[in-house]
Amino acid sequence: MVEVLIPPQLRRLCGGEEAVEVGPGTLGEVLRQLQERFNGIYDRLCQPDGRVRGSVLVLVNDEDIRFLRELQTPVHSGDSVRLIPAFAGG
Amino acid sequence: MSQSNGFMKALKCRECGREYPLGATHVCEFDFGPLEVAYDYERIRQSLTREKICSRPQNMWRYRELLPIAGEPTVGAKVGYTPLIKADRLAARLGIRELWIKNDAVNYPTLSFKDRVVSVALSRSVELGFKTVACASTGNLANSVAANAAAAGLHCYVFIPSDLEQGKVVNSLVYGANVVAIRGHYDEVNRLCAEIAGKYGWAFVNVNMRPYYAEGSKSMGFEIQEQMGWKIPEHTVVCMASGSLLTKIHKSYQEFSKLGLVQSHGWKIHGAQATGCSPITTAQKAGLDFFKPVKPNTIAKSLAIGTPADGFYALKVMKETGGHGEDVSDDEIREGIRLLAETEGIFAETAGGVTVGVAKKLIAQGKIPADSSAVLCITGNGLKTLEAMLGHCGESRVIKPSLREFETLLASDQTEVAGSR
Repeated sequence: MVEVLIPPQLRRLCGGEEAVEVGPGTLGEVLRQLQERFNGIYDRLCQPDGRVRGSVLVLVNDEDIRFLRELQTPVHSGDSVRLIPAFAGG
Repeated sequence: MSQSNGFMKALKCRECGREYPLGATHVCEFDFGPLEVAYDYERIRQSLTREKICSRPQNMWRYRELLPIAGEPTVGAKVGYTPLIKADRLAARLGIRELWIKNDAVNYPTLSFKDRVVSVALSRSVELGFKTVACASTGNLANSVAANAAAAGLHCYVFIPSDLEQGKVVNSLVYGANVVAIRGHYDEVNRLCAEIAGKYGWAFVNVNMRPYYAEGSKSMGFEIQEQMGWKIPEHTVVCMASGSLLTKIHKSYQEFSKLGLVQSHGWKIHGAQATGCSPITTAQKAGLDFFKPVKPNTIAKSLAIGTPADGFYALKVMKETGGHGEDVSDDEIREGIRLLAETEGIFAETAGGVTVGVAKKLIAQGKIPADSSAVLCITGNGLKTLEAMLGHCGESRVIKPSLREFETLLASDQTEVAGSR
């Protein structure tokens, strides 16, 4: 299974969960599995054109997906996905 | 509107406009857009005049209506009002009619512009009842949070990349702060801090307190306008890490214009980065309105943010004002530091070398015209990044305490000078 860490901003939508488990696949498929469980989460993470919002950092095993294959990044069983607000720091 | 919030109205998402209460939160739950403080400009217009500003003590809080705290500042009450120097010798070397240096290398108390943002963030943290403050930092911010927290009696954690300059590490430790060095780039430190901030009830100045924190940078721009004689400079060159300072200098010009405190004739804001970490200037030069993150590799460690939070907004400001982005190599950064030191007697840290180096390039390219006037924002002190200059500005010459030895040395200098004529 794949562990997805949920940031505080999305926990209300996710029934208070700090982390949830979904099946492997591409990152896009992982996010669609989240959408099936938590209706509305996909729109909060992605723009209307389907790309991940610039305001969200998505990390697969600690690497920014923009250095990988974005939504096509493969996510295997045992991998972790972190969702982090991008507007921090500096 | 409640008077207890001072001149603030709410936190507002920059993307969708949704409003949030004035608490410790920094992004919108619906689109993760950054929250920004919304002010009651009508009340501010009635309260803030040039005369009132001039009657107040010379520190950043003379513009307090435009800074996001509810009451009086409790932390960093003496920060700001740093010198604006007319830099004629540097202007001559760079080939421009008029040049000014806004010198935050001597900001109080920790010698960088970060004292401005920290003073706001910690004053607001105290108002919101926090006892522990924290930050993710490339060094200067850690120094400022550590010092100002110590002076305010707050518990403090600072998180830094483990490869920082010694000056910046010691400058945090000395105040008794808990310094946590992370094996990784600043971007990794920052992500960890976003997660820690979500878990612990601390005031992270540049995470959950970021809407207040970032506004402190405006005070650098307010001061520039007042010190220029209530004028907005034609050109302003600002170094960029997250890009936040550049956007806030712009906002300060907009606010003074809107309030009628200055006459507006348009202005251009230019962004400066190190080539080894130039996601924003690379995008600007390519005409893009989004940036691609990079893995930083530069001696300008204070600017080494590969995923700049405000990169998008900094690009927007440069585009809207007709400004440009440019970047410089590590050697050009050192050259910039020396140029500023040798012409104006100001020792800036590596970020200042970036600003001077980029200004030189933009003037040479005609993007800042030779017959114009420009302000360079110097954000930190060279004594904190000595490693960058060690071995790059000569060596002292050792002699015995003997007049004869000195005269021999002097004679060889004069031979060299004569030979070079």
